Amino acid sequence: MHLQHVNYIYGMGTSQECPALCDINLEIRDGEFIGLVGHSGSGKSTLIQLLNGLERVSSGEIYFNGQDIYDPDYSLKELRGKVGLVFQYPEHQLFETSVIADVEFGPKNLGLDQLDVELRSFQALKQVGIGDDLLDVSPLALSGGQKRRVAIAGVLAMEPEILILDEPMAGLDPAGRDEILELLAGIHREKQITIILVSHSMDDVAKYADRILVMNAGQIVLDGTPRQVFQYEDELRQIGLDVPQSTALLHRLSKETEGLRTDGITVQESVDAILDWIQE
Amino acid sequence: MVDNPHDTWHHERGLKDGEIMIQAKDVSFEYFRRDAEGNVVEVKRALDGINLRVKPGSFVAVLGANGSGKSTFAKHLNALLTPAEGVIYVDGKDTSDPGQELAVRKTAGMVFQNPDNQIIAGIVQEDVGFGPENIGVPTEEIWKRVENSLKSVGMYAYRESSPNHLSGGQKQRVAIAGIMAMKPKCIILDEPTAMLDPQGRRSVLQTAHQLNKEEQITVILITHYMEEVVNADYVYVMGDGQVRLEGTPRQIFAEPAELERWRLGVPEITKIAFGLHSAGVPVPMDVLDAEELAQWLLEYRKGR
Repeated sequence: MHLQHVNYIYGMGTSQECPALCDINLEIRDGEFIGLVGHSGSGKSTLIQLLNGLERVSSGEIYFNGQDIYDPDYSLKELRGKVGLVFQYPEHQLFETSVIADVEFGPKNLGLDQLDVELRSFQALKQVGIGDDLLDVSPLALSGGQKRRVAIAGVLAMEPEILILDEPMAGLDPAGRDEILELLAGIHREKQITIILVSHSMDDVAKYADRILVMNAGQIVLDGTPRQVFQYEDELRQIGLDVPQSTALLHRLSKETEGLRTDGITVQESVDAILDWIQE
Repeated sequence: MVDNPHDTWHHERGLKDGEIMIQAKDVSFEYFRRDAEGNVVEVKRALDGINLRVKPGSFVAVLGANGSGKSTFAKHLNALLTPAEGVIYVDGKDTSDPGQELAVRKTAGMVFQNPDNQIIAGIVQEDVGFGPENIGVPTEEIWKRVENSLKSVGMYAYRESSPNHLSGGQKQRVAIAGIMAMKPKCIILDEPTAMLDPQGRRSVLQTAHQLNKEEQITVILITHYMEEVVNADYVYVMGDGQVRLEGTPRQIFAEPAELERWRLGVPEITKIAFGLHSAGVPVPMDVLDAEELAQWLLEYRKGR
C-alpha cells in the first residue's frame, strides 16, 4: 500500500472545513506489523478509514498492490475485502443469532459459495480460539473478550491481506489485553499478513510491532522501529504520548550517570542494561 | 469485628473507629439467567461475602479484572443493586431499605465508564445543573453549584460549549461536575478512564484526587489499571466475587504473583524491580514508579 501526498479535510466545501490529514506519504510493505499511535484527534482513525476506502482523500493518491484505488474501474468493494478493518468496540457490531452466522456474514458478501464460506469461517474462529461448542451460541451470551474475538474472526474470514485494528484492547483487563495481543502476534506469524494496530499503549506496541508510526495534528511525525522511535522521549511527551516504562527508567537514569545503555524497550532489556551498569 | 488493616491506617491518621462512610458486611449477590419459560438455568454468584470499610475523606481503589464483580459491587454502593445476603451502609443508611434509596443516592454519586451515555443536555452547564434541579435545589443555588463544580473539575471555560465538541476526558470531567453539583459526600467512579486516551486518563484521575484533597470528598475508584491505584490511600483487590487482597498500594504492588493470578497486570516498573531483585540487587519490592526506582538505583550504585 502506497500513499502519496494524501490530504483529508473534514466538511470540504462547507464553512467548517477542518484539515484532518496533511500531506501523508507512506509505504506499507507486505508482512509488516505496524503500531499506529497518537492521541485522540491526531488523525489515526481518519487514516485507517482511507486505507480501506471508507473515506476518500481530499487530494493525493493511494495505491494498493500497484493499483490506484480511485481509478473508476477499481472495485472498492474488493479493496474492503483485502483490507480488513476491525473497529473500536467491534463487539457492538455483532448482530446475528449465532456466532457462526455472524462470522459468515462477511465472506458471504464476497460472493463465495457456501462451502468456502463455512470453511473460512470455521478456520477463522479456530484461529481466534473460539471452540466448536460456541458456534451455535448467541454472540450476546459470550463474555466481553470472547465477543471481541468473534468480531475479529468475522474480518479474518474475509482473508484480508492487510488487517487493521482500531484499539482492539480498549476496555479489556490486562490479561484480556495480553490474550488479544498474543492472538494478533500468532496470526501475523502464521498467515504472514500485514497488521496495523492502532493503540494508545506504548508498552503493547513496543512488544509486538516492528515499525511504529506516530501521528500528531494530521501528520506522521515519527516513523521507525520501536527502538528508534522511543529514543525521542521528550518529543513524544510533548504530543501527549508516553514511552514504555522501561525506556523511561533508562532515560531517567542516564540523565545523572554515564555508561548505561539506553536503547532498551522491554523489561528484560532494561534489567540487563541496569545490571551491566551496576557491575561496571 | 475482625481486625481490619484499614483501621490501622486510619488510627495513624487520627480518625476514630465510628467514622465510616461505607461499610459492606458479608455482601453476596447472584445473577440469574432464565430460559424462555422463566426457569432459572444458571446462577452466577457475582459477589461472595464482601467485607469492606471506607472512612470519610479517604481515596479507596477497588481493583479487579473483567468479571471479578467490581462493577456489580459499585452498583451496590448507590443502591442500583441491593445485596441478596449481607448489608451495606452508606453514611449509616441501609441501602436495602427502600425508604433510604434517595438519601443513599444523594450521599453517593456515581460516574460511569462511558461518558457519552451519561451526558444528556446540549450545553455543558445545563448538563451539570440537571442533577441539582432534579433534587429540588433553588434556581439561584443551582447556578452557584454549577459554577463551583465546573471550576473544581477545570471545565468552567467550557460552560457554554456543546458536550459533543469535548474530548472523552473532558466529557468525563463534566460528568463528574454533574455529580459534584449534587454535593455528595462520596463519589464512586466505575472505570471512569476505560474508554479514554492517556491524556484523558491523567486529567480524570487528577480531578478525582483534587476533589478528594480539596473538598474532602470520599472517592471510590473502580478500575483494572494498576497504575491508577498508586496514589490511593487503600486498595481492595477483587477476584471471582471476593476480596482477595487488601492494603496500601505498596503492600499490593509487592504481591505480583497474586495479582497475576486474578488477571491483573503488574506495571513494568514492578517487573523490572523483580528482575533486578532476582539477579541479586536488593531493590525494595514495593516501588511504585520509575522516579522512585531511579533514585534508589543511583544511590545504590554510588554506595558500591
